[in-house]
Amino acid sequence: MSDTKTTTGGTLFTPFNMVAGLILLVGGIVTVLRFTGGLAAVTNLSDNNPWGLWIGFDLLVGVALAAGGYVTSAACYIFGLKRFHSAVRPAILTAFLGYALVVFALHYDVGRPWRLPYPFIVQPGTTSLLFEVGACVALYLTVLFIEYTPAPLEWLGFKRARNIVVKLTLVLTIFGVVLSTLHQSSLGALYVIAPSKLHPLWYSSYLPVYFFISSIIAGLSMVVFEGSLSHKNFHDKMDETHLKEADGVVLGFGKAAAWVLFGYFIIKLVGLAVDNNWHHLASGWGLWFLVEMLGFVLLPCYLYAVGSRDKNIKLIRRTSLLAVLGIVLNRFNVSMVAFNYHLPSSERYFPHWMEIAISLFIVTIGVLAFRFFVTRMPILYEHPDYKDAH
Amino acid sequence: MDGNIFTLQDFMYFTKAITYLVIVAALIAFPAFWLFLTDRDE
Repeated sequence: MSDTKTTTGGTLFTPFNMVAGLILLVGGIVTVLRFTGGLAAVTNLSDNNPWGLWIGFDLLVGVALAAGGYVTSAACYIFGLKRFHSAVRPAILTAFLGYALVVFALHYDVGRPWRLPYPFIVQPGTTSLLFEVGACVALYLTVLFIEYTPAPLEWLGFKRARNIVVKLTLVLTIFGVVLSTLHQSSLGALYVIAPSKLHPLWYSSYLPVYFFISSIIAGLSMVVFEGSLSHKNFHDKMDETHLKEADGVVLGFGKAAAWVLFGYFIIKLVGLAVDNNWHHLASGWGLWFLVEMLGFVLLPCYLYAVGSRDKNIKLIRRTSLLAVLGIVLNRFNVSMVAFNYHLPSSERYFPHWMEIAISLFIVTIGVLAFRFFVTRMPILYEHPDYKDAH
Repeated sequence: MDGNIFTLQDFMYFTKAITYLVIVAALIAFPAFWLFLTDRDE
C-alpha cells in the first residue's frame, strides 16, 4: 500500500481528496462532452438566455470574489497600512487563481473559444463593453501573475529576478486598482443595455457603481473568509508575523467592510428613489429584493460593525461568509433570477446539472491549486532569506 | 403621488425630492454609524 502514501506520510484517500477526485472525474467527462458536442450538449442555454451559470457564477462571482487582491494590495501599498502586509500574498494568490479560472471558464462558455484573442488582433471593437472587460481581465491577470511571482521566485531561489519584481510592487498595485475599477464596473455596465429584460428593482443606470462598490465588499470579505479557512487548514504553515497580524487584519477588514456595506445600502436606496421603484417592493420580486438588501447587505453590515466594536473575531469571520453569499446572491439575481423576469416559466433558465458540475469542477481546481501553492511556497510565511525585506 | 405623475417634469420633481430626502437621511446616518463603529476604539 506504499503507493497510496504521500511524501509526507499521509494517506491520499482522505474524504477531501476523494470528493475532489470525484468532482474532477465528472468535470473531465463533461469537458469532453462540451468540446465534442457543443454548448447544447451540456447546457440549458438558449437564444433567450445566452448567458447562464458559467457567466453568472464563474465570471461575475469569480471576478467579484477575486477583488481581495486589489483591495488588500491597495490598503497595504497605496494607503500605507503595513499592518495588513501578511494578508497581501494570500490575497494576491486567491485573486490570481480566481482570474485565471475566470479565463479558463470562459473557454467553456464562449461558442468558439479559440477566438478569445480576436478582439485584440482581428477586430478591435473598442466601443464594446465586452472588449473593455476582456482587455482589463487580460491585463489584470498579467499584473496579478507578476505580483504573485515573488513567491515562486523565492521558492526557486532566483534572488535577482525576485528583487526586480519586488521593486515593481507599487506600479503593479496602481495598475491593479485602475484595471479593477474599470472592469468590475464594466461587468455591471453590461446589464445596463438590457432595461427591458432585467427587473426594475435590480436594473439601474448605477449598475456599474453597484458592481464596483460591491466588489470592494467581496474583496474584503473574501480575505477574511479565506483567512479563516487557511487558519483552520494551514495553521502550521503560518509564521509568527502572520499569526500576530491575523487578528488585526480581521478587525480592520471587518470594520472597512461594515463601512462600505453601509454606503452600498445607501446608494441602493438612491437607485430606488431615482427610478421611483418603491411600488415594486410590495410584490413577490420586492420581497426577494428585500431579502437580498436586508439579509445580505444590512445584516452583515450590522454584524461586521458589532464584531469590530466588540473585537469579536469569530463573529467577523462568520459574517464574512454571509457577505460572500450576499455577493453571490446579487450576481445571481442580476444575471439569472431577475433576468428575463417577464418570460413564462417554461422559457426561464435553470442551469443543466452539467453546467453546475463544470462550475464545481472549476472551483475544485482553484481550491486544489491554492492548497498546492500554499503548502510549498512562502505565501503564509516569510521566506527565511527575505525576513524584513519589505 | 404616482397617480399625479403625467410628465417627465412631474417624474423628475418627485424622484429628485425623494432622493434629496434619502441623501439628507444618509448625511445624518453616516456620522452616526461611524460613531457606532469607532466609539470603542482606543
